[in-house]
Amino acid sequence: MLEIKDLSYSVTDEDGSRREIIKDLSLTVEDRKLLVVTGPNGGGKSTLAKLITGIETPDKGQILLDGQDICGMSITERARLGIGFAFQQPVRFKGIRVYDLLRIASGKKLSPAEACEYLSSVGLCAWDYLYREANSSLSGGELKRIEIATVLARGTRLSVFDEPEAGIDLWSFQNLIKVFEMMRKNIKDSSMVIISHQERILNIADDIAVISDGCLSAYGPREEILPQLLGTDSAMDVCDRLRSTI
Amino acid sequence: MALNEIQKKLIAEVADLHKIPMGAYNFRANGESVGRNTTANIDIQSKKDKSGIDITIKDGTKNESVHIPVVISESGIVETVYNDFFIGEDCNVTIVAGCGIDNCGSQDSEHDGVHRFWIGKNSKVRYVEKHYGSGDGMGKRILNPVTEVYMEEGSSMEMEMAQIKGVDSTERTTLAELKGGAKLAVKEKLMTHGEQKALSVYKVSLNGEGSAADVVSRSVARDRSYQKFDACIIGNAPCKGHTECDSIIMDEGIILAVPSLEARNVDAELVHEAAIGKIAGDQLIKLQTLGLTESEAEEEIINGFLG
Repeated sequence: MLEIKDLSYSVTDEDGSRREIIKDLSLTVEDRKLLVVTGPNGGGKSTLAKLITGIETPDKGQILLDGQDICGMSITERARLGIGFAFQQPVRFKGIRVYDLLRIASGKKLSPAEACEYLSSVGLCAWDYLYREANSSLSGGELKRIEIATVLARGTRLSVFDEPEAGIDLWSFQNLIKVFEMMRKNIKDSSMVIISHQERILNIADDIAVISDGCLSAYGPREEILPQLLGTDSAMDVCDRLRSTI
Repeated sequence: MALNEIQKKLIAEVADLHKIPMGAYNFRANGESVGRNTTANIDIQSKKDKSGIDITIKDGTKNESVHIPVVISESGIVETVYNDFFIGEDCNVTIVAGCGIDNCGSQDSEHDGVHRFWIGKNSKVRYVEKHYGSGDGMGKRILNPVTEVYMEEGSSMEMEMAQIKGVDSTERTTLAELKGGAKLAVKEKLMTHGEQKALSVYKVSLNGEGSAADVVSRSVARDRSYQKFDACIIGNAPCKGHTECDSIIMDEGIILAVPSLEARNVDAELVHEAAIGKIAGDQLIKLQTLGLTESEAEEEIINGFLG
């Protein structure tokens, strides 16, 4: 279980002033649950993911994984404790192959057959990809799937996905939804956090948190929050929204 | 052929050999030839006027290999060796060279290998050369290879050159002249550490119509080491040339990349690329989120990069 208590994080702007990105935020992700975090761009969602995984350090507050405060731990220590993270923009490597990433992620001697299984489960024809370099020769959609496969290979207690739909075309995303539906089904004792704007991802959430301007503007079970979201500006067509402001 | 344990280890490092290879070979240890085998198609003769060998490969020799590893395990040996390869027409051969120096003493050990290749029409050659140094003596391990390649029409050569560990000082010079339709592909991998110094100079002349060269170097400079990569491709005919230097700089390393192009024909298409940078922060973070420490992540990134 992940508990976030009164978490705050700020950055120093160019003019020297402090700007708060996350403000006294608290939320909980129970075991066997999927929390989808949504909200406007620039609201602090990705920062929250980076605070959970240790890439950024909070100014104050607590992050507890199964009751243990992990705020003082490094990225590596948190990863070894069982936190997995799929980046919004997958990192490219010269020379490191897809197989190497999966091997590193699994933390053991991984057979090509096992590696293939992870790739197959994210909808990639495994043999075509296994020995390719995880570099710019792969498309955004392919890299995104490989990114998700690395999290699968880790078999983590808490998996955090930052906007899995970002940067991929609609057709690829239709397939990716199935991957998340499958992961939700096989969640077992782990927990998942997905940052997303997609209704189909919101549809498989147990809980939804809406983060706006660094604060929780709505938080609760999907049945309660989703209908509110679908009836608001954020679910409106861009043109409609523009028209309404004229 | 009697080799001691250090020599066997060096041979395994530079030629991936754990036993006597199939095909032709010439093993050189501490300045002397210690083992040789020739085949019906590949002849090896010692030079009469200076140190070195002539390797002659008959026309039409296919799928054969020549191994010519050199090991130095005594301190203070300084040698220059001339190896000439005469490769006939329509051949398809693999040549594995390489030099390993183990210097536990106080005197410098140096091996300067001058390799010259004459590649006949339509022949394909794969050339692999590895350099390796070990031993904890104060004496330096020095390797200064010179490689000259003369390629006839329609021939091709792939060169893989690697120097990953333990060589204190190296100055590599590679010269190539290509006739019509000849193709040269070079992949160089280099890692320097400590106070090491490595210079690599290429001069590739594309003299014939349809000739092509691709010279790619990937290197990592650690600690206080120094590297210079100086690659020049000269287009004297309608041809294609590409050179690329991609380097990771670490610690207090110094890297100087000097790619250059000289076009002497309006249909010469020449491109160069050079990039130097430290390991990207997001690469380290990504591997840390997979459970590696920062130094483990660095090693994975370097190993992958030098592949």
